[in-house]
Amino acid sequence: MSDIPDLLLGLLILVGLYMVSTSRLQACVRASALQGIVLGILPIALEWTHGIVPLSLHVITLSGGAIAIKAVAIPRLLLRSIREAGVRREVEPMVSLHGSILLAAALVGLAFWLGRQMTLPFPVGSDLLVPSAISNVLLGFLLVVGRRKAITQVVGYLALENGVFVFGLTLAQAQPVLVELTVLLDVLVGVFVMGIAIHHISRTFDHLDTDAMGSLPE
Amino acid sequence: MNSLAAGVVHVLLLVTLPPLLMGVIGRIKAWMAGRTGPPLLQPYRDIARLLRKGAVYSRTVTWVFVAGPAVSLASVFTAGLLLPLASVRAPMSFEGDLVLFAYLLALGRFFTMAAALDTGSSFEGMGASREAAFSALAEPALFLALATLAVTTGQLSLSEILGGLDAPRAVLPAILLSAAALSAVLLAENARIPIDDPATHLELTMVHEVMVLDHSGPDLAMIEYASAVKLFITSTLLAAVAVPGLAGRPVALAAGALGVACIVGLVESVTARLRLPRVKQFLIGASALGAVALATTMFTRGAA
Repeated sequence: MSDIPDLLLGLLILVGLYMVSTSRLQACVRASALQGIVLGILPIALEWTHGIVPLSLHVITLSGGAIAIKAVAIPRLLLRSIREAGVRREVEPMVSLHGSILLAAALVGLAFWLGRQMTLPFPVGSDLLVPSAISNVLLGFLLVVGRRKAITQVVGYLALENGVFVFGLTLAQAQPVLVELTVLLDVLVGVFVMGIAIHHISRTFDHLDTDAMGSLPE
Repeated sequence: MNSLAAGVVHVLLLVTLPPLLMGVIGRIKAWMAGRTGPPLLQPYRDIARLLRKGAVYSRTVTWVFVAGPAVSLASVFTAGLLLPLASVRAPMSFEGDLVLFAYLLALGRFFTMAAALDTGSSFEGMGASREAAFSALAEPALFLALATLAVTTGQLSLSEILGGLDAPRAVLPAILLSAAALSAVLLAENARIPIDDPATHLELTMVHEVMVLDHSGPDLAMIEYASAVKLFITSTLLAAVAVPGLAGRPVALAAGALGVACIVGLVESVTARLRLPRVKQFLIGASALGAVALATTMFTRGAA
Protein backbone atom coordinates (compact mmCIF):
# COMPACT_ATOMS: atom_id res chain seq x y z
CA MET A 1 0.00 0.00 0.00
CA SER A 2 2.17 2.85 -1.19
CA ASP A 3 -0.73 4.68 -2.80
CA ILE A 4 -0.84 7.74 -0.57
CA PRO A 5 2.86 8.69 -0.82
CA ASP A 6 2.63 8.05 -4.58
CA LEU A 7 -0.33 10.40 -4.84
CA LEU A 8 1.40 13.06 -2.74
CA LEU A 9 4.55 12.84 -4.86
CA GLY A 10 2.47 13.04 -8.03
CA LEU A 11 0.69 16.07 -6.60
CA LEU A 12 4.07 17.65 -5.90
CA ILE A 13 5.03 17.32 -9.56
CA LEU A 14 1.65 18.69 -10.64
CA VAL A 15 1.93 21.73 -8.40
CA GLY A 16 5.42 22.28 -9.76
CA LEU A 17 4.02 22.22 -13.30
CA TYR A 18 1.29 24.63 -12.24
CA MET A 19 3.89 27.02 -10.83
CA VAL A 20 5.67 27.03 -14.15
CA SER A 21 2.49 27.48 -16.19
CA THR A 22 0.53 30.04 -14.22
CA SER A 23 0.66 33.66 -15.25
CA ARG A 24 -0.24 35.09 -11.86
CA LEU A 25 2.40 35.91 -9.32
CA GLN A 26 0.24 35.31 -6.26
CA ALA A 27 -1.03 31.98 -7.57
CA CYS A 28 2.59 30.99 -7.98
CA VAL A 29 3.38 31.84 -4.35
CA ARG A 30 0.24 30.06 -3.12
CA ALA A 31 1.19 27.00 -5.14
CA SER A 32 4.53 26.97 -3.40
CA ALA A 33 2.66 27.09 -0.06
CA LEU A 34 0.63 24.06 -1.22
CA GLN A 35 3.89 22.31 -1.99
CA GLY A 36 4.96 23.06 1.58
CA ILE A 37 1.81 21.42 2.97
CA VAL A 38 2.30 18.34 0.79
CA LEU A 39 5.94 18.16 1.89
CA GLY A 40 4.77 18.32 5.50
CA ILE A 41 2.36 15.41 5.08
CA LEU A 42 4.80 13.33 3.06
CA PRO A 43 7.17 12.13 5.85
CA ILE A 44 4.17 11.07 7.97
CA ALA A 45 2.60 9.22 5.05
CA LEU A 46 5.90 7.47 4.31
CA GLU A 47 6.27 6.34 7.92
CA TRP A 48 2.65 5.23 7.96
CA THR A 49 3.03 2.98 4.96
CA HIS A 50 6.19 1.53 6.47
CA GLY A 51 3.98 0.48 9.36
CA ILE A 52 5.73 2.52 12.04
CA VAL A 53 2.59 3.48 13.91
CA PRO A 54 3.84 5.47 16.89
CA LEU A 55 5.43 8.19 14.82
CA SER A 56 8.92 9.14 15.88
CA LEU A 57 9.65 12.58 17.23
CA HIS A 58 12.02 13.03 14.31
CA VAL A 59 9.25 12.75 11.75
CA ILE A 60 6.82 14.91 13.67
CA THR A 61 9.30 17.77 14.06
CA LEU A 62 10.29 17.39 10.43
CA SER A 63 6.74 17.71 9.10
CA GLY A 64 5.74 20.33 11.65
CA GLY A 65 8.77 22.39 10.72
CA ALA A 66 8.15 21.96 7.01
CA ILE A 67 4.52 23.08 7.27
CA ALA A 68 5.28 25.99 9.59
CA ILE A 69 8.12 27.33 7.50
CA LYS A 70 7.35 26.34 3.91
CA ALA A 71 3.56 26.56 4.00
CA VAL A 72 2.99 29.46 6.38
CA ALA A 73 6.00 31.66 7.09
CA ILE A 74 7.68 31.96 3.69
CA PRO A 75 4.50 32.43 1.58
CA ARG A 76 3.26 35.09 3.99
CA LEU A 77 6.58 36.89 3.73
CA LEU A 78 6.47 36.72 -0.05
CA LEU A 79 2.83 37.81 -0.34
CA ARG A 80 3.60 40.68 2.00
CA SER A 81 6.55 41.81 -0.04
CA ILE A 82 4.46 41.58 -3.23
CA ARG A 83 1.89 43.82 -1.59
CA GLU A 84 4.32 46.29 -0.13
CA ALA A 85 6.64 46.56 -3.07
CA GLY A 86 3.63 47.06 -5.35
CA VAL A 87 4.82 44.45 -7.81
CA ARG A 88 2.81 43.95 -10.99
CA ARG A 89 0.64 40.85 -10.59
CA GLU A 90 1.77 39.03 -13.73
CA VAL A 91 4.86 36.91 -13.94
CA GLU A 92 7.21 38.03 -16.66
CA PRO A 93 8.65 34.98 -18.35
CA MET A 94 11.77 35.07 -20.50
CA VAL A 95 10.50 32.08 -22.43
CA SER A 96 6.81 32.24 -23.34
CA LEU A 97 4.40 30.44 -21.01
CA HIS A 98 3.55 27.84 -23.68
CA GLY A 99 7.24 27.26 -24.19
CA SER A 100 7.86 26.87 -20.49
CA ILE A 101 5.01 24.35 -20.12
CA LEU A 102 6.50 22.22 -22.88
CA LEU A 103 9.98 22.66 -21.41
CA ALA A 104 8.64 21.70 -17.98
CA ALA A 105 7.01 18.55 -19.35
CA ALA A 106 10.31 17.64 -21.01
CA LEU A 107 12.18 18.27 -17.75
CA VAL A 108 9.76 16.04 -15.83
CA GLY A 109 10.27 13.33 -18.42
CA LEU A 110 14.04 13.76 -18.02
CA ALA A 111 13.66 13.52 -14.25
CA PHE A 112 11.78 10.22 -14.57
CA TRP A 113 14.42 8.90 -16.92
CA LEU A 114 17.19 9.94 -14.51
CA GLY A 115 15.29 8.40 -11.62
CA ARG A 116 15.19 5.15 -13.56
CA GLN A 117 18.91 5.30 -14.31
CA MET A 118 20.01 6.05 -10.78
CA THR A 119 19.70 3.02 -8.59
CA LEU A 120 20.01 3.88 -4.94
CA PRO A 121 21.97 1.42 -2.80
CA PHE A 122 19.01 0.95 -0.48
CA PRO A 123 15.24 0.57 -1.02
CA VAL A 124 13.19 3.76 -0.82
CA GLY A 125 9.60 4.25 0.26
CA SER A 126 8.10 4.92 -3.15
CA ASP A 127 9.07 4.61 -6.80
CA LEU A 128 8.19 8.22 -7.36
CA LEU A 129 10.44 9.69 -4.65
CA VAL A 130 13.56 10.18 -6.73
CA PRO A 131 11.82 11.30 -9.97
CA SER A 132 9.64 13.71 -8.03
CA ALA A 133 12.66 15.14 -6.23
CA ILE A 134 14.63 15.60 -9.44
CA SER A 135 11.71 17.09 -11.33
CA ASN A 136 11.10 19.64 -8.60
CA VAL A 137 14.77 20.60 -8.62
CA LEU A 138 14.66 21.00 -12.41
CA LEU A 139 11.37 22.94 -12.37
CA GLY A 140 12.85 25.17 -9.68
CA PHE A 141 15.85 25.83 -11.93
CA LEU A 142 13.47 26.65 -14.77
CA LEU A 143 11.67 29.19 -12.58
CA VAL A 144 14.93 30.74 -11.42
CA VAL A 145 16.38 31.01 -14.91
CA GLY A 146 13.26 31.64 -16.95
CA ARG A 147 11.53 34.40 -15.03
CA ARG A 148 12.33 38.05 -14.87
CA LYS A 149 11.00 39.01 -11.47
CA ALA A 150 12.91 38.63 -8.23
CA ILE A 151 9.86 37.11 -6.48
CA THR A 152 9.45 34.31 -9.00
CA GLN A 153 13.13 33.62 -8.67
CA VAL A 154 12.68 33.21 -4.92
CA VAL A 155 9.73 30.87 -5.57
CA GLY A 156 11.87 28.90 -7.99
CA TYR A 157 14.61 28.66 -5.39
CA LEU A 158 11.99 27.33 -2.96
CA ALA A 159 10.78 24.70 -5.44
CA LEU A 160 14.40 23.68 -5.94
CA GLU A 161 14.83 23.37 -2.20
CA ASN A 162 11.61 21.34 -1.95
CA GLY A 163 13.09 18.89 -4.40
CA VAL A 164 16.20 18.62 -2.23
CA PHE A 165 13.94 18.06 0.78
CA VAL A 166 12.15 15.20 -0.98
CA PHE A 167 15.50 13.72 -1.90
CA GLY A 168 16.51 14.04 1.74
CA LEU A 169 13.46 12.00 2.71
CA THR A 170 14.95 9.00 0.95
CA LEU A 171 17.77 9.26 3.47
CA ALA A 172 15.49 10.24 6.35
CA GLN A 173 16.63 7.42 8.58
CA ALA A 174 20.25 8.28 8.11
CA GLN A 175 19.99 12.02 8.63
CA PRO A 176 19.98 13.56 12.10
CA VAL A 177 17.13 15.90 12.97
CA LEU A 178 19.40 18.79 13.65
CA VAL A 179 20.75 18.81 10.10
CA GLU A 180 17.28 18.89 8.56
CA LEU A 181 16.03 21.59 10.85
CA THR A 182 19.08 23.66 10.06
CA VAL A 183 18.31 23.25 6.38
CA LEU A 184 14.74 24.46 6.92
CA LEU A 185 15.94 27.40 8.94
CA ASP A 186 18.59 28.17 6.38
CA VAL A 187 15.93 28.53 3.71
CA LEU A 188 13.84 30.75 5.94
CA VAL A 189 16.77 33.04 6.56
CA GLY A 190 17.61 33.03 2.86
CA VAL A 191 14.08 34.05 1.90
CA PHE A 192 14.06 36.65 4.63
CA VAL A 193 17.22 38.20 3.25
CA MET A 194 15.83 38.07 -0.27
CA GLY A 195 12.61 39.70 0.97
CA ILE A 196 14.57 42.59 2.38
CA ALA A 197 16.71 42.78 -0.73
CA ILE A 198 13.59 42.85 -2.92
CA HIS A 199 12.21 45.64 -0.82
CA HIS A 200 15.37 47.67 -1.22
CA ILE A 201 15.71 46.98 -4.92
CA SER A 202 12.16 48.12 -5.55
CA ARG A 203 12.64 51.17 -3.38
CA THR A 204 15.81 52.14 -5.17
CA PHE A 205 14.93 51.31 -8.75
CA ASP A 206 11.11 51.47 -8.68
CA HIS A 207 10.87 47.98 -10.11
CA LEU A 208 12.00 44.42 -9.53
CA ASP A 209 13.26 43.61 -12.96
CA THR A 210 16.55 41.81 -12.38
CA ASP A 211 17.26 41.99 -16.09
CA ALA A 212 17.79 45.72 -15.87
CA MET A 213 20.58 45.21 -13.35
CA GLY A 214 22.69 43.46 -15.94
CA SER A 215 23.04 46.65 -17.94
CA LEU A 216 24.14 49.12 -15.31
CA PRO A 217 25.89 52.18 -16.69
CA GLU A 218 29.61 52.08 -16.13
CA MET B 1 -25.10 -12.17 -20.90
CA ASN B 2 -24.33 -13.62 -24.31
CA SER B 3 -22.72 -11.48 -26.94
CA LEU B 4 -25.85 -10.87 -29.02
CA ALA B 5 -27.85 -9.55 -26.06
CA ALA B 6 -24.86 -7.48 -24.98
CA GLY B 7 -24.62 -6.02 -28.47
CA VAL B 8 -28.30 -5.09 -28.45
CA VAL B 9 -27.99 -3.44 -25.03
CA HIS B 10 -24.88 -1.61 -26.22
CA VAL B 11 -26.55 -0.18 -29.31
CA LEU B 12 -29.70 0.72 -27.38
CA LEU B 13 -27.66 2.63 -24.79
CA LEU B 14 -25.62 4.34 -27.48
CA VAL B 15 -28.72 5.40 -29.42
CA THR B 16 -31.07 6.43 -26.65
CA LEU B 17 -28.96 7.87 -23.85
CA PRO B 18 -26.88 10.70 -25.39
CA PRO B 19 -29.51 13.48 -25.58
CA LEU B 20 -30.30 12.84 -21.92
CA LEU B 21 -26.74 13.93 -21.04
CA MET B 22 -27.33 17.23 -22.82
CA GLY B 23 -30.57 17.57 -20.86
CA VAL B 24 -28.74 16.93 -17.59
CA ILE B 25 -26.13 19.58 -18.37
CA GLY B 26 -28.83 22.10 -19.28
CA ARG B 27 -30.74 21.31 -16.11
CA ILE B 28 -27.68 21.64 -13.87
CA LYS B 29 -26.73 24.96 -15.43
CA ALA B 30 -30.27 26.27 -14.97
CA TRP B 31 -30.33 25.01 -11.40
CA MET B 32 -27.02 26.69 -10.56
CA ALA B 33 -28.33 29.95 -12.01
CA GLY B 34 -31.54 29.69 -10.00
CA ARG B 35 -33.82 29.01 -12.96
CA THR B 36 -36.14 26.05 -13.44
CA GLY B 37 -34.61 25.17 -16.75
CA PRO B 38 -35.84 23.09 -19.67
CA PRO B 39 -37.27 19.61 -19.07
CA LEU B 40 -34.71 16.81 -18.99
CA LEU B 41 -36.09 15.36 -22.23
CA GLN B 42 -35.98 18.66 -24.14
CA PRO B 43 -33.01 17.64 -26.35
CA TYR B 44 -35.04 14.64 -27.62
CA ARG B 45 -37.91 16.96 -28.52
CA ASP B 46 -35.57 19.42 -30.21
CA ILE B 47 -34.13 16.68 -32.36
CA ALA B 48 -37.60 15.33 -33.21
CA ARG B 49 -38.78 18.83 -34.14
CA LEU B 50 -35.79 19.47 -36.37
CA LEU B 51 -36.27 16.10 -38.10
CA ARG B 52 -39.80 17.09 -39.15
CA LYS B 53 -38.61 20.26 -40.86
CA GLY B 54 -37.19 20.66 -44.33
CA ALA B 55 -33.60 21.52 -45.09
CA VAL B 56 -32.45 24.63 -46.91
CA TYR B 57 -29.29 24.48 -49.02
CA SER B 58 -27.41 27.39 -50.41
CA ARG B 59 -26.80 27.35 -54.18
CA THR B 60 -23.02 27.48 -53.66
CA VAL B 61 -22.65 24.31 -51.60
CA THR B 62 -21.55 20.93 -52.95
CA TRP B 63 -22.00 17.37 -51.74
CA VAL B 64 -19.42 18.02 -48.97
CA PHE B 65 -21.87 20.25 -47.17
CA VAL B 66 -24.65 17.64 -47.43
CA ALA B 67 -22.36 14.80 -46.35
CA GLY B 68 -20.88 16.65 -43.35
CA PRO B 69 -23.59 15.96 -40.76
CA ALA B 70 -24.11 12.36 -41.86
CA VAL B 71 -20.40 11.55 -41.74
CA SER B 72 -19.95 13.13 -38.33
CA LEU B 73 -22.93 11.19 -36.94
CA ALA B 74 -21.72 7.93 -38.46
CA SER B 75 -18.17 8.40 -37.20
CA VAL B 76 -19.17 9.05 -33.58
CA PHE B 77 -21.50 6.02 -33.65
CA THR B 78 -18.67 3.84 -34.94
CA ALA B 79 -16.37 5.23 -32.26
CA GLY B 80 -19.06 4.36 -29.71
CA LEU B 81 -18.97 0.73 -30.85
CA LEU B 82 -15.33 0.50 -29.74
CA LEU B 83 -16.13 1.10 -26.08
CA PRO B 84 -16.91 -1.79 -23.72
CA LEU B 85 -20.36 -0.54 -22.74
CA ALA B 86 -22.46 -3.62 -22.15
CA SER B 87 -19.89 -6.40 -21.89
CA VAL B 88 -16.16 -6.52 -21.15
CA ARG B 89 -15.56 -6.87 -24.86
CA ALA B 90 -16.91 -4.15 -27.14
CA PRO B 91 -18.91 -5.15 -30.26
CA MET B 92 -15.98 -3.97 -32.36
CA SER B 93 -12.61 -4.58 -30.78
CA PHE B 94 -9.12 -5.39 -32.03
CA GLU B 95 -5.49 -4.67 -31.21
CA GLY B 96 -4.79 -0.97 -31.62
CA ASP B 97 -8.41 0.17 -31.89
CA LEU B 98 -7.59 3.16 -29.67
CA VAL B 99 -5.97 4.81 -32.68
CA LEU B 100 -9.13 4.21 -34.69
CA PHE B 101 -11.15 5.69 -31.82
CA ALA B 102 -9.11 8.89 -31.81
CA TYR B 103 -9.23 9.24 -35.58
CA LEU B 104 -12.95 8.52 -35.86
CA LEU B 105 -13.50 11.52 -33.60
CA ALA B 106 -11.10 13.47 -35.81
CA LEU B 107 -12.88 12.31 -38.99
CA GLY B 108 -16.22 13.62 -37.76
CA ARG B 109 -14.63 16.92 -36.89
CA PHE B 110 -12.86 17.10 -40.22
CA PHE B 111 -16.12 16.75 -42.12
CA THR B 112 -17.83 19.36 -39.96
CA MET B 113 -14.98 21.73 -40.78
CA ALA B 114 -15.05 20.84 -44.47
CA ALA B 115 -18.79 21.45 -44.60
CA ALA B 116 -18.28 24.82 -42.93
CA LEU B 117 -15.62 25.76 -45.47
CA ASP B 118 -17.86 24.56 -48.28
CA THR B 119 -20.41 27.28 -47.59
CA GLY B 120 -17.87 29.87 -48.66
CA SER B 121 -18.78 32.14 -45.78
CA SER B 122 -15.73 33.86 -44.29
CA PHE B 123 -17.35 33.70 -40.91
CA GLU B 124 -17.69 29.93 -40.98
CA GLY B 125 -14.14 29.69 -42.24
CA MET B 126 -13.01 31.51 -39.12
CA GLY B 127 -14.87 29.01 -36.94
CA ALA B 128 -13.36 26.11 -38.87
CA SER B 129 -9.88 27.52 -38.45
CA ARG B 130 -10.32 27.90 -34.71
CA GLU B 131 -11.75 24.42 -34.41
CA ALA B 132 -8.83 23.02 -36.38
CA ALA B 133 -6.33 24.81 -34.14
CA PHE B 134 -7.94 23.61 -30.94
CA SER B 135 -8.36 20.05 -32.08
CA ALA B 136 -4.77 19.90 -33.29
CA LEU B 137 -3.70 20.94 -29.79
CA ALA B 138 -6.09 18.54 -28.07
CA GLU B 139 -4.96 15.54 -30.08
CA PRO B 140 -1.51 15.09 -28.41
CA ALA B 141 -3.21 15.20 -25.02
CA LEU B 142 -5.67 12.48 -26.09
CA PHE B 143 -2.95 10.28 -27.56
CA LEU B 144 -0.58 10.72 -24.60
CA ALA B 145 -3.38 9.81 -22.19
CA LEU B 146 -4.37 6.75 -24.23
CA ALA B 147 -0.72 5.73 -24.59
CA THR B 148 -0.28 6.00 -20.82
CA LEU B 149 -3.25 3.72 -20.27
CA ALA B 150 -1.94 1.30 -22.88
CA VAL B 151 1.49 1.15 -21.21
CA THR B 152 -0.05 0.85 -17.75
CA THR B 153 -2.15 -2.14 -18.66
CA GLY B 154 0.10 -3.58 -21.36
CA GLN B 155 -2.88 -3.86 -23.74
CA LEU B 156 -3.63 -2.25 -27.07
CA SER B 157 -7.41 -2.40 -27.44
CA LEU B 158 -9.80 -0.11 -25.61
CA SER B 159 -11.84 -2.99 -24.18
CA GLU B 160 -8.82 -4.67 -22.64
CA ILE B 161 -7.29 -1.39 -21.45
CA LEU B 162 -10.45 -0.29 -19.67
CA GLY B 163 -10.99 -3.77 -18.26
CA GLY B 164 -7.38 -4.03 -17.05
CA LEU B 165 -7.17 -0.72 -15.22
CA ASP B 166 -8.02 -2.17 -11.81
CA ALA B 167 -5.30 -4.81 -12.10
CA PRO B 168 -2.62 -4.54 -9.38
CA ARG B 169 0.16 -3.53 -11.75
CA ALA B 170 -1.64 -0.37 -12.82
CA VAL B 171 0.07 2.77 -11.52
CA LEU B 172 -2.46 4.96 -9.74
CA PRO B 173 -0.90 8.44 -10.25
CA ALA B 174 -0.53 7.71 -13.96
CA ILE B 175 -4.20 6.78 -14.25
CA LEU B 176 -5.30 9.89 -12.40
CA LEU B 177 -3.05 12.10 -14.53
CA SER B 178 -4.39 10.63 -17.74
CA ALA B 179 -7.94 11.05 -16.43
CA ALA B 180 -7.13 14.72 -15.91
CA ALA B 181 -5.74 15.02 -19.43
CA LEU B 182 -8.79 13.20 -20.81
CA SER B 183 -11.17 15.57 -19.07
CA ALA B 184 -9.44 18.53 -20.71
CA VAL B 185 -9.79 16.70 -24.04
CA LEU B 186 -13.47 16.06 -23.29
CA LEU B 187 -14.09 19.77 -22.77
CA ALA B 188 -12.24 20.68 -25.97
CA GLU B 189 -13.71 17.85 -28.03
CA ASN B 190 -17.29 18.72 -27.08
CA ALA B 191 -16.84 22.50 -27.29
CA ARG B 192 -17.80 22.98 -23.65
CA ILE B 193 -17.21 26.11 -21.65
CA PRO B 194 -13.61 26.81 -20.76
CA ILE B 195 -12.80 26.21 -24.43
CA ASP B 196 -15.94 27.28 -26.23
CA ASP B 197 -19.41 28.35 -25.20
CA PRO B 198 -22.12 26.14 -26.75
CA ALA B 199 -24.85 28.61 -25.81
CA THR B 200 -23.32 31.75 -27.25
CA HIS B 201 -24.75 33.48 -30.27
CA LEU B 202 -22.28 36.31 -30.41
CA GLU B 203 -20.27 35.98 -33.61
CA LEU B 204 -16.89 36.83 -32.17
CA THR B 205 -17.02 34.25 -29.41
CA MET B 206 -18.40 31.30 -31.34
CA VAL B 207 -16.11 28.51 -32.33
CA HIS B 208 -18.05 25.32 -32.83
CA GLU B 209 -21.50 26.85 -33.20
CA VAL B 210 -20.43 29.05 -36.06
CA MET B 211 -19.63 26.05 -38.20
CA VAL B 212 -23.17 24.72 -38.07
CA LEU B 213 -24.96 28.01 -38.77
CA ASP B 214 -25.86 27.10 -42.34
CA HIS B 215 -27.27 23.68 -41.51
CA SER B 216 -31.00 23.37 -41.07
CA GLY B 217 -33.73 20.80 -40.45
CA PRO B 218 -32.65 17.13 -40.45
CA ASP B 219 -29.01 18.14 -41.01
CA LEU B 220 -29.01 20.25 -37.86
CA ALA B 221 -30.74 17.43 -36.01
CA MET B 222 -27.98 15.06 -37.07
CA ILE B 223 -25.33 17.52 -35.90
CA GLU B 224 -26.97 18.04 -32.52
CA TYR B 225 -27.45 14.31 -32.14
CA ALA B 226 -23.84 13.64 -33.16
CA SER B 227 -22.52 16.11 -30.62
CA ALA B 228 -24.66 14.45 -27.93
CA VAL B 229 -23.31 11.02 -28.89
CA LYS B 230 -19.77 12.42 -28.84
CA LEU B 231 -20.35 13.80 -25.35
CA PHE B 232 -21.73 10.43 -24.31
CA ILE B 233 -18.80 8.37 -25.57
CA THR B 234 -16.13 10.74 -24.26
CA SER B 235 -17.76 10.90 -20.84
CA THR B 236 -18.15 7.12 -20.80
CA LEU B 237 -14.45 6.80 -21.59
CA LEU B 238 -13.56 9.29 -18.85
CA ALA B 239 -15.80 7.54 -16.32
CA ALA B 240 -14.29 4.15 -17.17
CA VAL B 241 -10.78 5.55 -16.73
CA ALA B 242 -11.43 7.56 -13.57
CA VAL B 243 -13.28 4.74 -11.80
CA PRO B 244 -11.54 1.48 -12.73
CA GLY B 245 -13.82 -1.54 -12.78
CA LEU B 246 -16.75 0.16 -14.51
CA ALA B 247 -16.01 -1.33 -17.94
CA GLY B 248 -18.61 -3.77 -19.18
CA ARG B 249 -21.24 -2.86 -16.62
CA PRO B 250 -23.91 -0.92 -18.56
CA VAL B 251 -25.83 0.56 -15.63
CA ALA B 252 -22.71 1.65 -13.73
CA LEU B 253 -21.16 3.10 -16.89
CA ALA B 254 -24.31 5.01 -17.82
CA ALA B 255 -24.43 6.37 -14.27
CA GLY B 256 -20.75 7.32 -14.60
CA ALA B 257 -21.42 9.14 -17.86
CA LEU B 258 -24.31 11.02 -16.23
CA GLY B 259 -21.97 11.89 -13.35
CA VAL B 260 -19.44 13.30 -15.82
CA ALA B 261 -22.26 15.31 -17.43
CA CYS B 262 -23.17 16.72 -14.00
CA ILE B 263 -19.53 17.73 -13.45
CA VAL B 264 -19.42 19.37 -16.90
CA GLY B 265 -22.59 21.28 -15.99
CA LEU B 266 -21.05 22.43 -12.72
CA VAL B 267 -17.81 23.46 -14.43
CA GLU B 268 -19.81 25.43 -16.99
CA SER B 269 -21.73 27.19 -14.24
CA VAL B 270 -18.74 28.32 -12.21
CA THR B 271 -16.08 29.12 -14.80
CA ALA B 272 -15.89 31.67 -17.54
CA ARG B 273 -14.83 30.92 -21.07
CA LEU B 274 -11.09 31.30 -21.60
CA ARG B 275 -9.74 33.96 -23.89
CA LEU B 276 -8.62 32.48 -27.20
CA PRO B 277 -4.85 32.65 -26.50
CA ARG B 278 -5.43 31.06 -23.08
CA VAL B 279 -7.21 28.10 -24.67
CA LYS B 280 -3.95 27.23 -26.36
CA GLN B 281 -2.19 27.27 -23.00
CA PHE B 282 -4.93 25.15 -21.40
CA LEU B 283 -4.60 22.48 -24.06
CA ILE B 284 -0.80 22.52 -24.05
CA GLY B 285 -1.04 22.10 -20.28
CA ALA B 286 -3.28 19.07 -20.83
CA SER B 287 -0.69 17.61 -23.19
CA ALA B 288 2.00 18.25 -20.57
CA LEU B 289 -0.11 16.32 -18.04
CA GLY B 290 -0.39 13.48 -20.53
CA ALA B 291 3.38 13.52 -21.07
CA VAL B 292 4.03 13.43 -17.32
CA ALA B 293 1.56 10.56 -16.99
CA LEU B 294 3.38 8.65 -19.70
CA ALA B 295 6.75 9.33 -18.02
CA THR B 296 5.32 8.11 -14.71
CA THR B 297 4.39 4.75 -16.14
CA MET B 298 7.26 4.22 -18.53
CA PHE B 299 10.04 4.91 -16.07
CA THR B 300 8.66 3.45 -12.88
CA ARG B 301 6.86 0.28 -13.93
CA GLY B 302 10.03 -1.72 -14.40
CA ALA B 303 11.51 -0.58 -11.10
CA ALA B 304 8.51 -1.69 -9.08
